[in-house]
Amino acid sequence: MATELKTKNKIHPQKLYLYAGLGSIVMMFAGLTSAYIVKKSQANWLDFDLPKVFFISTVVILLSSFTMQMAVKKAKEGLQNPYRGFLSVTAILGVVFMVMQVQGFMALQANNIALTGPRSNSAASFLFVITLLHLLHVLGGVIALIGVSFKSFSAKNNTENTLPVELLSTYWHFVDILWIYLFVFLHWIG
Amino acid sequence: MSHEAALHEGHGHEEHGHHEHHDTFLTKYVFSQDHKMIAKQFLITGMVWAVLGGLMSVLFRLQLGYPDASFPWLESLLGKWAKGGQITPEAYYALVTTHGTVLVFFVLTAGLSGTFANFLIPLQVGARDMASPFMNMLSYWFFFTASVIMMSSLFVETGPFSGGWTAYPPLSALHDASPGSKTGMDLWIISMALFVVSSLLGGLNYIATILNMRTKGMSMTRLPLTIWALFFTAVLGVLSFPVLLSGMILLIFDRNFGTSFYLSDIYVNGVGALSNEGGSAILFQHLFWFLGHPEVYIILLPAMGMVSEIMSVNSRKPIFGYMAMLGSLFAIAILAFLVWAHHMFVTGLNPFLGSVFVLLTLLIAVPSAIKVFNWLTTLWRGNIRFTPGMLFAIGFVSLFISGGLTGIWLGNAALDIYLHDSYFVVAHFHIVMGVASMFGMFAGVYHWFPKMYGRYLNNTLGYVHFWITIAGAYMIFWPMHYQGLAGMPRRYFDFSIWESFKQFAELNRFISTVAMIVFATQILFLINFFYSIFKGRKVTVLNPWESNTLEWTTPIRPGHGNWPGEIPEVYRWPYDYGKDGHDFIPQTTPVGADETGTH
Repeated sequence: MATELKTKNKIHPQKLYLYAGLGSIVMMFAGLTSAYIVKKSQANWLDFDLPKVFFISTVVILLSSFTMQMAVKKAKEGLQNPYRGFLSVTAILGVVFMVMQVQGFMALQANNIALTGPRSNSAASFLFVITLLHLLHVLGGVIALIGVSFKSFSAKNNTENTLPVELLSTYWHFVDILWIYLFVFLHWIG
Repeated sequence: MSHEAALHEGHGHEEHGHHEHHDTFLTKYVFSQDHKMIAKQFLITGMVWAVLGGLMSVLFRLQLGYPDASFPWLESLLGKWAKGGQITPEAYYALVTTHGTVLVFFVLTAGLSGTFANFLIPLQVGARDMASPFMNMLSYWFFFTASVIMMSSLFVETGPFSGGWTAYPPLSALHDASPGSKTGMDLWIISMALFVVSSLLGGLNYIATILNMRTKGMSMTRLPLTIWALFFTAVLGVLSFPVLLSGMILLIFDRNFGTSFYLSDIYVNGVGALSNEGGSAILFQHLFWFLGHPEVYIILLPAMGMVSEIMSVNSRKPIFGYMAMLGSLFAIAILAFLVWAHHMFVTGLNPFLGSVFVLLTLLIAVPSAIKVFNWLTTLWRGNIRFTPGMLFAIGFVSLFISGGLTGIWLGNAALDIYLHDSYFVVAHFHIVMGVASMFGMFAGVYHWFPKMYGRYLNNTLGYVHFWITIAGAYMIFWPMHYQGLAGMPRRYFDFSIWESFKQFAELNRFISTVAMIVFATQILFLINFFYSIFKGRKVTVLNPWESNTLEWTTPIRPGHGNWPGEIPEVYRWPYDYGKDGHDFIPQTTPVGADETGTH
């Protein structure tokens, strides 16, 4: 009984802090997507296809989750160089994802679908605000990734404390899954 | 259940406590990471806001009580906002709005749970500090920055936001809707966004600390009810504030980037329509009240938790129905998320949907009643000590009953359609949420002041404070029920021009006079508070209230890290009062061989 309880409580407080924080981000996007559904059922809703580049960016962020996981694995195995490599690749993929999202916004504008301003329709504005907020969450992850990457190159024993990279990977997988949800939501439900 | 000795590794058990911290003035009093200092920072900032918010209510009550009178000193105080010694309508709305915003968010959310969650959680669960002391410090500084920005909105040329604390569009979405909708509203949004961040950083810390940093033996069912209440409060905040934030982000886009989430076909001052179309103002109300209703419980639950604790200690009896108290907290927390549309019965809500919300709303009466009966049965045949803290706790229960009963009226859509936006609503929520929670906060301050500052508050002043405040609260808000039933609408600047409301002129004057007396009494409390910090009677015993909980096992003025040696181990629940011939048995006392009924 005693050991069992001990293992059960092994979770680091900062991990718990992060999990609860992710719950709060979920609520924010749940609020926005619920608002989207309510608004969609009302008049003046514009139907349009998602930009093609969003499909590619989805693949990119999925791939980045894989490299992130590999980085954690290598860190736990104490293999410094592969750890550095996978971490850096993840950061680069994150930047690529962000650029692609912005390209998506520009593609919509080019197709005469205004995202903001007087000519905008709520459908496009919703898409813009929701994906922009997701983008900002990815940006937070990328900044953290760059920080941890730099540290991995500078520190001598960079795989000793794996907590930061574990926290980061949880967050990164989360923004990935969040994007998949948003993508499916906007593509099929929206 | 009795021994869960290995429940915790106790993070940080060895990190603090043994060595002295060499703090500078800046790290000890300003950028402190000690949860106790952060709690005091929250408390004092909250008190500043309470005074300002209270003063605002006195000013607008002056207008309601004496609509024709002129007070030259008002002009020297407010300048152009009180031309000729009378508050202008714009200033009146700005005062009402700011009063609501700061009392709800800055005083009763940050000031209440910010103070007591920070102060009590590590002390009562047996932890050196919060899960992340740094984030905890950030939480306060976000709140402080939010405060400064809200304060600065009082001084902009067009005045602070004046569209009501709920910030409904279009008043909040259109710059030209009212003077306060310009810069005042921008500052309001920025301030509230920072406030949400502060609440989230704090709330996440409270959750992580309670779940993960309890001392040896402190199982979840041995937690004091204060901690349970603060836990549910934090969960509510973490899950509902982001929804408000999302609503406000859409609002920012409507205000500044020409989108039309909330705006549709509106003519501004009769001169042409907006270019926006297709938006829905009701959408904001849904997003707002999805936070707004849990917010009521974010305000109430900490008070409920503290009252449970203070009542048990001062009745020298175990809390009646610990598990029922816990279950009802849980039920209230769940229901809090399912009732938001009862604020929207008059928005053209589908009547079927309305009836669902009626049912869910009325269900809250069940856990609420359980709590009330449990408090009363805790008092029943207790050896009651009427300390000022205890009086405020009993006052809380009284107000919670009085205000809760009118909640049953307003929860019915059929009645609410009549009573909506009337003084009946003002009376209801001020009693059940405003004053009741304020009483919970006072109870907490009187009870834990000795632990916070190592000195006692003056009791005589405490009794004066209590009796005038409770009598005054009822004299202010009780008559408002009748005004509301007679149809008197809230948020009106001047009732004297309506024949039907002239009958209330004297009553309004009476309410305003009492409001001023009650406000003056709070100054008495402030004097007591600040005087006692420096000159109050010193605490000379570790456990002045003879309480069972862990905070009283720390030194009289605990340093950062709380316990100088090891963190004490816990062997029982915190409510062993009047048991087996003992007046009280602290949680740190091991269970005796012949002891009956251990928890």
